[in-house]
Amino acid sequence: MSVGALVAVILLAPLAAVLGSLASRRPRPSEYLNLAAAIISFVAVVTLLPRALAGPYTLLRGYVIVDPLGCWVLLSVATVYLLASIYSIGYMRALGLDARLHVYYALFAGFALTTLLGPLMNNIGVYWIAIELTTLVSTFLVGFEHTRESVEAAWKYIIVVSAGISLALLGIIFFYWAGSLTLGPTYDLTWSALRAVAPKLNSTIALAAFLLVFIGFGTKVGLAPMHTWLPDAHSEGPAPVSAMLSGALLNTAMVGIARFIQVADAARLGALPRTIVVIIGALSLLVAALFITRQTGVKRLMAYSSVEHMGIMTLGFGFGGPLGVAGALYHMLNHSLNKSLMFFGAGDAMHAFHTKRIGRIHYALKAMPVAGLLWLAGAVAITGAPPFGLFLSEFTILRAGLAGRNVWAVFVMLVLLIVIFIGFLNHFRAMYFGEHPEMATVESHPRMSGTAFWCVLPMWLALIPLLALGLWWPHTFSHYFRVIAAELASGGTR
Amino acid sequence: MAPVAGIFAAHLPPLADAVFSLLAITSLLLAFVMLGSRWLSEYMIAFAVQSWLIALLSAAIGFYGDYPELYGIAILTALFRGLVLPYLLSRILRRLKVDRELHERLAPSSSLVVGALLVVFAFAVATHLGASLGLAGTVAVLALTVMLSMKLIGFLMLMVRSEVISQVLAILVLENGIFLGSQILVPGMPLLLELVILFDLLVVVACFGVLVRYLVVHAGTSSTLGLRRLIG
Repeated sequence: MSVGALVAVILLAPLAAVLGSLASRRPRPSEYLNLAAAIISFVAVVTLLPRALAGPYTLLRGYVIVDPLGCWVLLSVATVYLLASIYSIGYMRALGLDARLHVYYALFAGFALTTLLGPLMNNIGVYWIAIELTTLVSTFLVGFEHTRESVEAAWKYIIVVSAGISLALLGIIFFYWAGSLTLGPTYDLTWSALRAVAPKLNSTIALAAFLLVFIGFGTKVGLAPMHTWLPDAHSEGPAPVSAMLSGALLNTAMVGIARFIQVADAARLGALPRTIVVIIGALSLLVAALFITRQTGVKRLMAYSSVEHMGIMTLGFGFGGPLGVAGALYHMLNHSLNKSLMFFGAGDAMHAFHTKRIGRIHYALKAMPVAGLLWLAGAVAITGAPPFGLFLSEFTILRAGLAGRNVWAVFVMLVLLIVIFIGFLNHFRAMYFGEHPEMATVESHPRMSGTAFWCVLPMWLALIPLLALGLWWPHTFSHYFRVIAAELASGGTR
Repeated sequence: MAPVAGIFAAHLPPLADAVFSLLAITSLLLAFVMLGSRWLSEYMIAFAVQSWLIALLSAAIGFYGDYPELYGIAILTALFRGLVLPYLLSRILRRLKVDRELHERLAPSSSLVVGALLVVFAFAVATHLGASLGLAGTVAVLALTVMLSMKLIGFLMLMVRSEVISQVLAILVLENGIFLGSQILVPGMPLLLELVILFDLLVVVACFGVLVRYLVVHAGTSSTLGLRRLIG
């Protein structure tokens, strides 16, 4: 199949699932339709991945771009979409919302569609709109359970993110304005056009524009201090939605930041842009560390862990160079796998114990033997312990930092990673072991049994590759990252 | 430094310059009307009039700058931002049964003072940006000032107003500011993009409408002061 056909398949499969779910209005067909769409999209993305190396392809008169960086993000998005679609079947059946389930799957596939759309957009204005659309669709998924908390979370999410992302639009207009002084009043503001014109941009305006887009898309990525929507939205949506938000959506916005850093390099704005990126990355780690150690909600714990990992990725892109980019991208895939696993585990625990509070979960292994074990392994992995993938990617980012200008950030990152390691696993100690063995008699929730297969399968599917990626960094990936790093550095000063 | 060639706003006949300035400044004043009032219906009227002024501005720029496609944008702006959005908002408002802000975190009079300070700040930034291009004293600086001021005033409204409808209007003020500024700074922006942004705004407001209904039904409040469950 040609590249264009593959892109069409990737996008049309979830679209078909949206329409099919709305047309059928029945729960079971909707869930299998969504699952089929996820599988088709995933296979198409995996097929597309090696093709993208041959070059950036542009389709539809330059509005769609297929490049290695975008495809890598698509891989992490499609992976999470697949895992979350499998998990949704079990999780949503147990919630007992069958009457509205077709709406859920229509929104879910629509959300996947918009997140898959983002990395493929070549025109920066259209990319912005794709990111905005992800917010609009996912807001309703966050508020899907119609509880007081979930509606509150949905409202905060849409207000904070809309306000934040409007700063990005202002920044894009500034870039367009600065570019129009060279390229004339009407041109297409594509990534490559902006990169090409970057050396000629007025540096004051380019700097202002970069800061605006960084803050704007940083809001969507969930970087501190713009992260305030993230713990609410991630903790109140259904667990598969949280996984999609954390593992797929945040990456889609991150790709924009990576591309704008490249533009800032090409515009020769000096060390300031990268330093700011590194500072914000480190700040996100700090905020995450503080909230993780004192956390009482199990899904909020995972949400702040997302802030942490987005901070680490930002540090990777901020440090830059082949190592920094490779580390950040490897981290992206690992985090997507791992965070899905964590949210699935949290969802299982919430079903089994009927609570979101860490303090009310005890002896988790008794209530959910298999899922509990997988969740525990995931917890060890997400704190960056070997032999899992995140250890390798964090280590690579640390090495990249040592070679760069902002060495202080490496030490900050190291200390905060240790704090998070202790704080995060301490919560798991409390949930898995405890001083009151008499509480170990909690019985497994009966509703879990019928859906256990759908809930546990995606956890295996997340953990096994995570372990494999920790033991063995594939050569094809290294090659892929080298190509992306070379591309990201092409206009740069590094 | 001489004005840079190729910037539309740098070479304008005096009349055009005056018309653009008048429209931009009046739009900014309307943002202050919203800031200085407690009544939600007044916000809405101010927003609608602001949208109409921006539509006029688009048409004026189309006329003086010879961008015929801006006439179309002007009509769509007047239609969507000036009629459809206020209509949708008033429908939401009618359902809510609130007609004024009750517990603003900052009184309207104080908000006006803060708003004025924000405009001064925006002017300082705009002057700096304009000077770097040799555009000091042109309508481009004014456009930048209005754009940034409306941005900051929108954020101020988000912070100090708690009724959900005020927050939606604050977001729309943010958008109006960007749209107004972009008309003067980059009038040649591809048509498709402007259309998509207009359409996007419509979808945003529709989503807000649904969410407001959820808030009233499931959270029992139309004020964000009632949304205090999720912290930490």
